[in-house]
Order: sequence, then structure tokens, then C-alpha cells
Amino acid sequence: MTSPGEQLLPINSNGDVVLVRQQVRAVAIQAGLSLVDQTKVVTAASELARNALVYAGGGQVKIEVVRNGVRSGLRLTFSDDGPGIPDIEQALTDGWTTGGGLGLGLSGSRRLVDEFDLQSAPGEGTLVTVTKWSR
Amino acid sequence: MERVPILKLGDILIVSIQIDLEDQSVLALQEDLADKIVATGARGVIIDITAVEIVDSFIGRMFATIASISRMLDAETVVVGMRPAVAITLVELGLSLGGVRTALNLEKGVALLNHLDGAQIAAARR
Repeated sequence: MTSPGEQLLPINSNGDVVLVRQQVRAVAIQAGLSLVDQTKVVTAASELARNALVYAGGGQVKIEVVRNGVRSGLRLTFSDDGPGIPDIEQALTDGWTTGGGLGLGLSGSRRLVDEFDLQSAPGEGTLVTVTKWSR
Repeated sequence: MERVPILKLGDILIVSIQIDLEDQSVLALQEDLADKIVATGARGVIIDITAVEIVDSFIGRMFATIASISRMLDAETVVVGMRPAVAITLVELGLSLGGVRTALNLEKGVALLNHLDGAQIAAARR
């Protein structure tokens, strides 16, 4: 279901997280994002890809360039079939973690992008969609 | 997994990160540095991130952890060469690296470590 501008990358190892960062950077440049915005969205992608790996044992990300009038942007859709998140509000709180990390992955990623959507339920996996627009 | 080389210059250990860091490489670097500090009796550690394009929470935590470990082993850590975009992103991410010393470049990092060492020697003499 991928159109020409889309890419689907697997997230099944630490090496895949690095590949996701590199590919997101390449597409962010293509979408016309500034250096700071590229850095922000690549950092968010790194957090979200690691989350999929650590909490769900793996997943995938769809990377696409999107347009809204004259603006272009980058949209990332992370999906996994992991255990899901029982309390989304809690998961989005700074410092909250069940994985021994700093608890900044989700909350910090949300601050680094322009649009952030998280859908999850216990036993139904997690879907995180983020968008960064060029300025 | 790639390992990051650790160089020794006098009593300072220098790590220049030139690869896109995998989480496993980050953990290996922490352990390698702790071993090397003890083996060499180094008083300072410089982590050069001039070539690093992103620092996420995992890599950022590594800096703080290395700083804590090296302090316990009687060495100070300085992170040098952070790119402006990386600094902006880290603050927005919520990671201000309060416990980690930074300097703009390698030269200033070495000067900072020498200054700290000098201050310690002066304090010990008093």
C-alpha cells in the first residue's frame, strides 16, 4: 500500500534503528526541512524506533513526504504489534518509564514535532504518527 | 557492532565519536572507558561529538553515566564539539545534561581539564 513517495522500513534490531535515523534524515532533506528541524525529527524518530524495539520487540515505520498547500513536510508512522499502552496519558508524562530509560522518549518526541498522534490499547499494539512541517 | 576507539594523551583519554552510534556501541563505550580510566590512571575524559548529528535520550544518558562513572574513578568528563542543532534539540527533548561539563571544542576541553586539575592540586596543598 505504499505509493512512490513512501518507504517502509523494518525495526527489528539496534542496527535498524540506525538505518531509520539515516533514512529519515535523507527524506527530511528532500522535504526541505531546515537543519534544526531535520535534527529534531531524526531525534524523535530515533526515540520512537527504539520504543518499538524495546517495548514491542520490533515494528515498522512508514516514511513519507506530505504536502499542505505550499508547505511540505515529513510524516512518520510507527506501528507495532506489541502489548500496547494501558494508560496513554501516563506514558506521555515526562519521566514516566517502564523500560528503565529516562522517560523522555514519547513526551520528548512530542515536543520535537509539529503533529503527534498516539493510538494504542492493551493487546492491540501501538500506532504513533508524527509530522514535521517545513517553515 | 562497531567499537569507538579510546586515545590517550598524557593523563587525558579522548574519545571521538565518528560513527552513527548503535545502542550496543554506546554501552560498550561506557565499559571500555571505565576499564581504560582505571588501567591508565587518567584524570580526564574528553568525548568529542563534533561529527555526531543527533543525540537522543539514550546517547545523552550515556554522557551523564560516563561523567558519573569517571567521577567515581577520580576523573572528570568533558563533552566537546556539540553542534548547535543538537543542543537545541536536546533542550527541547527535555535533556539538559545538567551534570555534564561541556566545552566548545577539543582545545577548550583540554584547557578546562587542566584548570580543574590545577584547582584540585591547589586545594590539596592548602
